[in-house]
Amino acid sequence: MDVRKTYKLFLNGEFVRSESGRAYRPDGSVNVPRGSRKDLRDAVRAARTAFPGWAARTAMNRGQILYRAAEMLDGRAAQFLELLGGGVRARRELDQSVEALVWYAGWTDKLPQITGTVNPVAGPYFNFTIPEPTGVVAIVAPEESPLLGLVRRLAPALCGGNVVIALAAESSPLAALTLAEVLATSDVPAGVVNIISGQRKELLPTLASHMDVNAIDVAGCNGNEVKAIEESAAGNIKRVIKLTQREQSPHLIAAFMEMKTVWHPIGV
Amino acid sequence: MATALSLTHLGSLMRGVRSVDEVGADERAASLAKRSIKKSSKLWALDLAVRCMDLTTLEGADTPGKVAAMCAKAVRPKPGDRTIPSVAAVCVYPLRIADCVEHLRGSSVRIASVATAFPSGQSFTSIKVAETEEAVREGAQEIDMVIDRGAFLSGDYQRVYDEIVAVKEASGDAHLKVILETGELGNYDAVRRASILAMAAGADFIKTSTGKVQPAATLPVALVMMEAIRDFVRETGRPVGFKAAGGIRTAKQAISYLVVTYETLGPDWMTPDRLRLGASTLLNDVLMQIDKERTGAYQSGDYFTVD
Amino acid sequence: MAITKKQTAELAKQVFEYAPAPEAIDHIKIQPRYGLFIGGRMVDAHGKKRFPTINPATEKTLSEVAEADGVDVDRAVKAAGKAFDSWSHLSASRRARYLFRISRLIQERSRELAVVETMDGGKPIKESRDVDIPLSAAHFFYYAGWADKLEWAFPNRKPRPIGVAGQVIPWNFPLLMLAWKIAPALAAGNTVVLKPAETTPLSAMVFAEICMQAELPPGVVNIVTGAGNTGFLVVSHPHVKKVAFTGSTEVGKLIQRAIAGTGKRLTLELGGKAANIVFEDAPLDQAVEGIVNGIYFNQGHVCCAGSRLLVQESIAEPLLEKLKRRLSTLRLGDPLDKNTDIGAINSRAQLEKIQGLVESGVEEGAELYQPECVLPERGFWFPPSLFTNVSQSYRIAREEIFGPVLSVLTFRTPNEAVEKANNTPYGLSAGVWTDKGSRILWMAERLRAGVVWANTFNRFDPTSPFGGYKESGFGREGGVHGLLPYVELT
Repeated sequence: MDVRKTYKLFLNGEFVRSESGRAYRPDGSVNVPRGSRKDLRDAVRAARTAFPGWAARTAMNRGQILYRAAEMLDGRAAQFLELLGGGVRARRELDQSVEALVWYAGWTDKLPQITGTVNPVAGPYFNFTIPEPTGVVAIVAPEESPLLGLVRRLAPALCGGNVVIALAAESSPLAALTLAEVLATSDVPAGVVNIISGQRKELLPTLASHMDVNAIDVAGCNGNEVKAIEESAAGNIKRVIKLTQREQSPHLIAAFMEMKTVWHPIGV
Repeated sequence: MATALSLTHLGSLMRGVRSVDEVGADERAASLAKRSIKKSSKLWALDLAVRCMDLTTLEGADTPGKVAAMCAKAVRPKPGDRTIPSVAAVCVYPLRIADCVEHLRGSSVRIASVATAFPSGQSFTSIKVAETEEAVREGAQEIDMVIDRGAFLSGDYQRVYDEIVAVKEASGDAHLKVILETGELGNYDAVRRASILAMAAGADFIKTSTGKVQPAATLPVALVMMEAIRDFVRETGRPVGFKAAGGIRTAKQAISYLVVTYETLGPDWMTPDRLRLGASTLLNDVLMQIDKERTGAYQSGDYFTVD
Repeated sequence: MAITKKQTAELAKQVFEYAPAPEAIDHIKIQPRYGLFIGGRMVDAHGKKRFPTINPATEKTLSEVAEADGVDVDRAVKAAGKAFDSWSHLSASRRARYLFRISRLIQERSRELAVVETMDGGKPIKESRDVDIPLSAAHFFYYAGWADKLEWAFPNRKPRPIGVAGQVIPWNFPLLMLAWKIAPALAAGNTVVLKPAETTPLSAMVFAEICMQAELPPGVVNIVTGAGNTGFLVVSHPHVKKVAFTGSTEVGKLIQRAIAGTGKRLTLELGGKAANIVFEDAPLDQAVEGIVNGIYFNQGHVCCAGSRLLVQESIAEPLLEKLKRRLSTLRLGDPLDKNTDIGAINSRAQLEKIQGLVESGVEEGAELYQPECVLPERGFWFPPSLFTNVSQSYRIAREEIFGPVLSVLTFRTPNEAVEKANNTPYGLSAGVWTDKGSRILWMAERLRAGVVWANTFNRFDPTSPFGGYKESGFGREGGVHGLLPYVELT
């Protein structure tokens, strides 16, 4: 007789129930926390607090942590295959998720070399441009690939030094909530990734209008949702990231970054 | 007795003080922290740590009873063990000096009192001078003053300087430690500048912190202050002591400060006349380490008094 | 009985001076003899000649390795050639994963590697533990991440591997130099034959074990031990398409000549005589640390060592006073002692070279300063030294000493500093110490050196390209630029 797992939100490095106490049953059998706007509020606070420390880590350290997440995910392959419904499709989704983590782990210490520049200005000045993380990023997991879809947006966001609040896929949230266990054992500092399950139509408006969220990734949203999000995002000029789910490149990492340019005179 | 150097054009002199490279200072302090002292020498170093300690209590809730208990511990840190020396001094608020005088009679432990509107320093010079004079009358043998950070950070170096001179005079025969409150100064350049200013004004010791603000003492800050002392001694020939206070909780940390002092200022500073560690909970950790070195077994806090 | 101040100071000296803190060595096992690593396993050499490798701090023999001959080198190159066919066609993400594995294994075996490196080469354990080994792991981690991203490295080009790379490395940073060579080569899809230096083969032998533990496909990495002759066999083998050499400028020239006309790609990382330039507004105590690090780190066995101190005349006196005081606090001794700053000179031959050049300095009229230093009886040792009153024309100001010897010259103006700094056939590195940002950039623009360190020295990172101007060599290692020597840009 199994000791069944209680699925919980992942907030500030801890597994907690929704402050609302509510639950829902996405597939009829398992209770999943129905996250509230207050959970989101707490997640944003935790993320904002964690941001300076995460952004200040060396690129290599962030890369090692993402690589460790790949190690941990690979180690839990059997658990995830079962969650994803078994078979070839599940195997492919898991392998590609591990691959995405490994791929982006190797970008942390190369991104400025590709997207940063030294600019030959007309004058005795040294001028350089470097990418910096934008800050607190909201990610909406696509419904169709509850693990891979999320990992493919989470990894580039983290790679650049951002902190994340991720909304688990509403219809199949268990993969995301279990991904939290992988992150919790990968030396990811508390608050850097927060994973909230619940109902989109309740949660999206809060995220989209939150004045302390710097960017929101909408690859997992449909056309109507995107329009509503864009309207709310205008409230604090939130960056709305609309690159498709197929994008896997340093351009996606750069979409979560700001470019800073610095000048200094050259003179004796 | 130390006298202040005569300084004109203090502002531009202060702005001309050489800067400190933060990364370089941090790296040097980190590499010194990795030095390990061999087993047989550890006992001597731990003994020195006790002899250089200023056992401190600076709480609003300090009572005669609390101070009496601390004084007993200062004289005999480990009951029944005469091999453990007394600490260098106790450090208290002015109202508690009399209690110290009563309980330290006949011992070698000196009485240090904070003064000058400790810890903030946000009061009138006249009050600070009066407080110092009265503390000395009560029996304080050492005065730990704070600099006026408001004046320092707004560039009014003359005011900071004049105040130290005045407090030094009010201290009479008591030795004067000048607390820079390095955690409020912003960077190592300011720490160096404040160190030189304090020494020029007549400080017998320069001290890192009040212990009421984070960060308090850190190894790189200690290094920067000691390098300033070294340069000052070279220029003027007058030795100045160093006190680290706040945030030193373990014997390991205490030993790091001893190492940094030795490497920067040399063997002549390895004495309570020139080196102090201000702490409250540190003493028990040092006692535990002494027992560990003697017996080979790690210790438990249950076996040491909490006073 | 009261203790006098003098007695206290004496006691303090004992506590803080003599403090051996030896690193434990009982957890590592060095084999009594090693073969060659060819085709994925350790094999016996065809060459009959074997030679010992000793611990330069004790002169005790640590192990015995083979001198690979023409037959051995040929076997190794053939194994690399055979492996190249499959390795270059493996998916890029597979290659990445092998390299990530190697990086993690180096981290897992880091203490063992550090101890072996110190025993075999003489460098302080503090350095092998805190610098050499972590940088080696980091180098593999960095290039692992490039293996599956090559299409992003060069705009508008599809990079392809070259083939078999023949690599010869020196004895001053044995494992790190191995990492600098092998990591980018493999990431780009090449296979390698590497020859470690004859006095420091052991960390390469442990690396061979790591390759086996990582289940790296056989023949991707081959390691052949030997001396100068083996090195020449490797670089001149007709099926080696790419040659990489780090070592002396003298041998670099021989190699460049030897492979002329063969079409082989070549990179060279050679000697240096770097100027460490201190301006009057420099943060002095940190500059002293930088100078000391620049020339005494690794006993001065560093191609980019700051071996010429160029100090602005207006602060020469206080700087030198601080520098001499700092020299007297350097601890020379057992490299396995965690407190040691200066370890053993790598070999008797190197020691004799240093002694010869120091003698020439004294003869030519420079003033030698050496702090009091007790040299152990056995082993090869040289105290940290500095020469003042040095002229640009003295041998100690022109020739690479490759030892803990600093030559001090003065200058009056920034232009003079630039002129003196650049007045050398070398051009590997330079240091600039000043509080003024615009001057840092102005100096950096004018110094003819591949690496300029401002307000720091001897900083290395896998992301940061390293290499020289002029006779210090050509080609860069580290960063995106470090991939270039290992790819064909089609």
